[in-house]
Amino acid sequence: MIGRRGILTGGAGLLLAGCDRVVQIPAARRILFAGEDMQKGLQRALTDRAALAPEFRPEQMSPVFRSNGTRDPGTDAYRALADARFADWRLEVGGLVARPLRLSLADLRGMPNRSQITRHDCVEGWSAIGQWTGPMLGNVLKAAGVRPAARYIVFTCADLYGGAPYYESIDMVDAFHPQTILAWAMNGRPLDVAHGAPCRLRVERQLGYKHAKYLMRLDAVASLAGIGKGRGGYWEDNVDYDWYAGI
Amino acid sequence: MEGPVPPGTAVRRHALATRIWHWVNAVAIFVLLGSGLGISNAHPRLYWGRYGANFDPAWLQLPRFPAWITIPASYNLAISRRWHLFFALVLGFGLLGYMLWSLANRHFARDLRLRRRELSGAHFLADLKAHWNLRFHDPERPREYNLFQKLSYILILFVALPLAILTGIALSPGMNAAWPWVLEVLGGRQSARSIHFLCATGIAIFTIVHLALVILAGPVNEVRSMLTGWWRVPE
Repeated sequence: MIGRRGILTGGAGLLLAGCDRVVQIPAARRILFAGEDMQKGLQRALTDRAALAPEFRPEQMSPVFRSNGTRDPGTDAYRALADARFADWRLEVGGLVARPLRLSLADLRGMPNRSQITRHDCVEGWSAIGQWTGPMLGNVLKAAGVRPAARYIVFTCADLYGGAPYYESIDMVDAFHPQTILAWAMNGRPLDVAHGAPCRLRVERQLGYKHAKYLMRLDAVASLAGIGKGRGGYWEDNVDYDWYAGI
Repeated sequence: MEGPVPPGTAVRRHALATRIWHWVNAVAIFVLLGSGLGISNAHPRLYWGRYGANFDPAWLQLPRFPAWITIPASYNLAISRRWHLFFALVLGFGLLGYMLWSLANRHFARDLRLRRRELSGAHFLADLKAHWNLRFHDPERPREYNLFQKLSYILILFVALPLAILTGIALSPGMNAAWPWVLEVLGGRQSARSIHFLCATGIAIFTIVHLALVILAGPVNEVRSMLTGWWRVPE
């Protein structure tokens, strides 16, 4: 005879397995994935879009800031750039802009820079606090004359995933947020290779995978449809991560 | 309606709001616990304070939760998060709706409010003894919740669930910017993550004890009362 406990645990196991079956049904999957739009809609509707992420004091920083994702792009092209201490690196700014730009590290340093001690939250659950310095992305976009039709900024990187460059995207609310910067320095020193040298995105109100490292170009676009598989980022396209990573 | 009710009488036990919320919430808790364990597997270390990663001291190293207890069964952080963040909305807005409804229909005031006569050591011991003898209903007042029942419902409704929701909100970097006071109150994001896990543990223990007591109290009568609202006074 199957005991009551057996029925209970067996039932729970069946229900758990049922959840995995549910995700296979396209309609159910669409409902489940709509949670992302609901969370984003609620946050954007109920909170101040210009609210600043918490900033910290120097003594509150992590003693060791671990690296994650790509720790070295390892390509010949990247190695050549790194060997020349990124003197030949240029950040291409294009897409829906009036004046495409090619910015050197000196150009980024020469712009008004912002330093911020913020917390980096990995989607896995860990957090690290560090200091980041760089020009505001919004100022770079203004210098390039971003067109009103642009709705997203797409970042293309030097590190390869499956043979193609890593890419990510954010919308204009985050692109023009004052804490969204193109960081070339971390903890008061030029960015090291493990953390995305020579320049990475900081988009402080979202999770770590949005903070594209090893930036090579950024494009203003009207739609994400033509980018990768259309969901706005490498992880979004390939393993169903949320495009909106504010939660 | 007070006074003795003869055993076997069917009495109206649960209001519609209570019944709807109970089942919606049962699904939400089930999904949230399973997907939460899946998320935990991505970084099974808990810290206190604002930051915490592999090089920082963890106060608890969690085991790797096995496939039979996680959603989805095979490790997939993205899909665990999809389940968790969708049902977080079900839990949060469900609880809010239930609380407003239960204030309006006086469920809290009538059924959960502790009475003066219950607040004595003698009553506590008597209730403990009754539980030990597997008697969960005062024959004089069969419709009322007993003391332990009230205390555990109060703890789960007004402490564990709201704190689980608040600590969940504290894990969102977007909400940290919007409501920085949440992190201030909780002592940082990694503390919030630890408290979130402790709340989940409390909710899981509550659920197990709850199910055990439903079985001990008579599962058919108890489940029927939560479906139809009608409950038969036990012998």
